[in-house]
Amino acid sequence: MTVDGRLQAGAIGVETVGMTMRFGGLTALDAVSMRIAPGTVHALLGENGAGKSTLVKCVMGFYRATRGQLMVGGREVEVPDPKSAHALGLGMVYQHFTLVPSLTAAENLVISREDAPPVIDWRAEMARLETFMARMPFTVPLDQAVRTFSAGEKQKLEILKQLYLGRRFLILDEPTSVLTPDEADEVLGHVRRLCQAGELTVLLITHKFREVMACADEVSVLRRGALVGCGRVGDLTRADLARMMVGDDELAEPAPRTGVPGAPVLSVAGVRARDRSGLKGIAIDALEVRAGEIVGIAGISGNGQMELMEVLTGQRSVSAGRIRVNGSPYGATRREARVHRVRFLPEEPLHNACVPRMSVVENVGFRSFDLNGSGARFWLSTRELKSRAADMAAAFRIRAASLDAPMSSLSGGNVQRAVLARELTGTVDLLVISNPCFGLDLTAVAEIRARIMAARNSGTAVLLMSEDLDEIMELTDRVLVMSEGRIAYECTAARADRAEIGRRMGGHA
Amino acid sequence: MNGTELGLWAIPLAILGGAIRVSTPFLFVSLGEVLTERSGRINLGLEGTLVFGAMSGYAIACVTGLPWAGVLAAAGAGSLFGLVHGLVCSLPRVNDIAVGISLMLLGTGLAYFFGKPFIQPVAPDLPALELGWWSDLPQVQAALRVNVLFPVGILAALLLWWMFRATRIGLLVRVVGDSTDAARAMGLRPAFIRTLATAAGGAFAGVGGAYLSLFYPGSWNEGISSGQGLMAVALVIFARWNPIACLGAALLFGGAGALGPALQSVGIPDGYYLFYAMPYVMTLGVLIATSSPGRAMAGAPGELSISK
Repeated sequence: MTVDGRLQAGAIGVETVGMTMRFGGLTALDAVSMRIAPGTVHALLGENGAGKSTLVKCVMGFYRATRGQLMVGGREVEVPDPKSAHALGLGMVYQHFTLVPSLTAAENLVISREDAPPVIDWRAEMARLETFMARMPFTVPLDQAVRTFSAGEKQKLEILKQLYLGRRFLILDEPTSVLTPDEADEVLGHVRRLCQAGELTVLLITHKFREVMACADEVSVLRRGALVGCGRVGDLTRADLARMMVGDDELAEPAPRTGVPGAPVLSVAGVRARDRSGLKGIAIDALEVRAGEIVGIAGISGNGQMELMEVLTGQRSVSAGRIRVNGSPYGATRREARVHRVRFLPEEPLHNACVPRMSVVENVGFRSFDLNGSGARFWLSTRELKSRAADMAAAFRIRAASLDAPMSSLSGGNVQRAVLARELTGTVDLLVISNPCFGLDLTAVAEIRARIMAARNSGTAVLLMSEDLDEIMELTDRVLVMSEGRIAYECTAARADRAEIGRRMGGHA
Repeated sequence: MNGTELGLWAIPLAILGGAIRVSTPFLFVSLGEVLTERSGRINLGLEGTLVFGAMSGYAIACVTGLPWAGVLAAAGAGSLFGLVHGLVCSLPRVNDIAVGISLMLLGTGLAYFFGKPFIQPVAPDLPALELGWWSDLPQVQAALRVNVLFPVGILAALLLWWMFRATRIGLLVRVVGDSTDAARAMGLRPAFIRTLATAAGGAFAGVGGAYLSLFYPGSWNEGISSGQGLMAVALVIFARWNPIACLGAALLFGGAGALGPALQSVGIPDGYYLFYAMPYVMTLGVLIATSSPGRAMAGAPGELSISK
């Protein structure tokens, strides 16, 4: 079988020599020379826009580099398109899964092959897949639709697919962003073992220092398109890496924690709701957030956090239970949100908290455009809207070409800042946040976390749902773990234990 | 023996016969729509394709004297309509639903225009299988007089089901229908595959039309279709995009449509027109019963504009 034949040839090394990529006047990649030795895990670090994706797109043949060469296995090669990269044994696992949800794992594997037969003899294919799987360090259920897979299983299948296709150099683009710490450790551990066995070379794009330290042999750091540092992981500290990534920019320091928690603001009792598939549900028996504290909800995505968020924002109806804010029943109407000063920063704010095609001015005015002091107004005041938007943009450093530009033209970090500006303006009693820093660079992350901490210190009750355990550990006063739609564990942040929380996230008691 | 001796048994018998007779066009159109929708597009124009298929099939059968030539012509005309839909929808920022509606109107309009001279002449009928030969009862014989296209349709349903499961083409159609991103990452051209799937789907709808004009009711006129092309779209959702379930759904719809005439045949004329509305009432009922405000439709192809 060709697949076997190519695999046995083992890992290959890849080297870029003076790789330069210009888009018009912009130099996205500036003479990057990087050597990735066969059979190693090489981490590639860098902020958003540092040139990581440009570099790997040049390697994979999506872009043709303006200057510079690519060496594969010690020989200079031309990669005009992704197909020829694949033929050389280069493969990439994207941050967003490229599996087809309604197909089974086996169907996904077979159809991804260039030489998939016109009529598929499933008995023979399954037998061949089983022998392939038997040689792999990890496996997935072959006959189940990918839709039913957890994120970890999908990620494993993506990697298996690349091996099945005979790739010997793999680029993993933030492979653990959707995994639990345990799953991440497991997947990366397998990847590392494959590399040590000499079957695979991996270029790991990540922004998690923990993963670099735990899994990579060598690391390269890009900043503004240039290679600013590289070396063996053992010789570098986290501080070194952070300095290389951010350069001389100062990161916003989170304000110190002050004050003690006050009266309960949000209390949820016995809430039941169906999830998106309608097959499972969430059941929150008791949840309380007090003024001046941050309660974190950790959990793997798909364990009901999104549904809980939607229940609180009013996007999902409940079948039973009570939600109270400041002691009175809360049904998530606009009026109630205003009276009780409840604000939200949902995940994917461009879709859940904005109208993408309306302007920034209009979007940041949603909380107040129809208010005149405390009463309602009929005629809008464009001038007032604009001046308020300008104030917010200045205070929250929203960078937009123009405040009249559509919201969808802003970068992810700026959308996040704009929504946060809208939601944190004025007094806030309750702030509900979901994955506020997903996909943002270090500078934006630090700033947004500082704002959340400042809100807490001024007496706001904050409920923070996040898949990033580091974020939960850094920000919260109390940690809850959600698993299978229920709150499975609770502890104070002071006594929180990373390993224990990780186990609870995975559903182990 | 006569109808009164058969007693109330006449009702299920008439419903069965009616179900088989009426369901065939539903079956073909819905199979075509399943193929199109599995590739990620909706073709609402199949009603127009059906009517145009009925006209062109009848016309060619008239001219050549060969009913099967008519069926082929209807399939060809149908695939042409599908091709137009597929090509237009491959242009950027074109909405498949809007294109479908305009093609539906274009198809019926063109069929009336070209079909005027064929309202009078009589075309040869498609052959039927006399599956009721074992019985002396004329009702049984009439009910089991099954057109050849019905078993062909059953075969097509089984073939489509097998194709989606165990052929490269079938899997590729499902890939582009479920995830454009995954298809692109695989180096496929989604628009190309969708266009071909829509063209093939149109051919199915054309054959459904030929059945109408060449067997039941068996003549060409402007009122030949009573919305089967549109109902088939609802039927596909009801059948959850599964070709074999389409067969069951088509029979169910056909049976519901035959309820009125069946009751009339045993002398229950009350509510005749109400029973005529049965398939439509059933469609509404089924769609309401299987809908849910909180959850996405199970089995819906991911790239469908109605389920995105």
